[in-house]
Amino acid sequence: MKSAVVQLPGLNRDRDMIAALTKISGQAPITVWQTETSIPDDVDLIVIPGGFSYGDYLRCGAIAARMPVMQAIKDKAEKGVKVLGVCNGFQILVEAGMLPGALMRNTTLRFVCKEVKLEVVNADTDFTRAYDKGQIIRCPVAHHDGNYFVDETTLAGMEDRGEIVFRYAEGTNPNGSLGDIAGVINRKGNVLGMMPHPENLIEAAHGGKDGRGIFASALDVIAA
Amino acid sequence: MTVTLKNGVLDPQGKAIEGALGSLGFEGVHQVRQGKVFDLEVDGTDKAEAEAKLKAMCEKLLANTVIENYTIALD
Repeated sequence: MKSAVVQLPGLNRDRDMIAALTKISGQAPITVWQTETSIPDDVDLIVIPGGFSYGDYLRCGAIAARMPVMQAIKDKAEKGVKVLGVCNGFQILVEAGMLPGALMRNTTLRFVCKEVKLEVVNADTDFTRAYDKGQIIRCPVAHHDGNYFVDETTLAGMEDRGEIVFRYAEGTNPNGSLGDIAGVINRKGNVLGMMPHPENLIEAAHGGKDGRGIFASALDVIAA
Repeated sequence: MTVTLKNGVLDPQGKAIEGALGSLGFEGVHQVRQGKVFDLEVDGTDKAEAEAKLKAMCEKLLANTVIENYTIALD
């Protein structure tokens, strides 16, 4: 399984993501700069990491979502390549129209940096197979705009199809997101966006490995 | 172009501003919505053409139509 990490000005979690992917798959990901118009054919997983692309100007992720590399990522996603967006990466995916909804300012109006609990709502996806349905995992969050919103009709369809993958559990919703939604997947099941940072909880030195399963699932190394 | 949040979308910043206005003694203030204004110049003399261009800008970049509405004023 070969992975790629997208790099854009202002993203700052790319190194953490590269370290996580390297440790879990045993193979360093390639990096893809924002102006690139194609992604190598042997890449099976594209990751858009967190940060503050373009300084969060206009709206979080809005400018990044319109960079040339995004068309290349859309083309790959249509062909079934897995795409994972974490934090700003999730914001970029919704701004690019690759996932439904929008991520708005936290209802507290504060930047939130802490650990939350996540419920794995759908464990039958390419990103969550390593977990059990209903399992509660720990995961760090660090964002100012993680308040997920989607219109009622779209939400009902998403719930029916199992596209809500993670919810904040046990009263830990840090941002006021609708239905405690922390992560959603597209209809095809190959594009996942999530606000929490699983790459920061993958080894003992992090204080836990709860986030490892997302990468292990996506990289097909669950048994490893 | 003016971009504001759609009705039915909670605006936490608008709510905080509403609270601040109340604490300053401005009574009877409701439904505060914070938005953005984009002021720009476009070349050309055809108003309809300019308006179409501005509309496309709003749709493609300036507004997120999942949560926001926009209005265009030309002069």
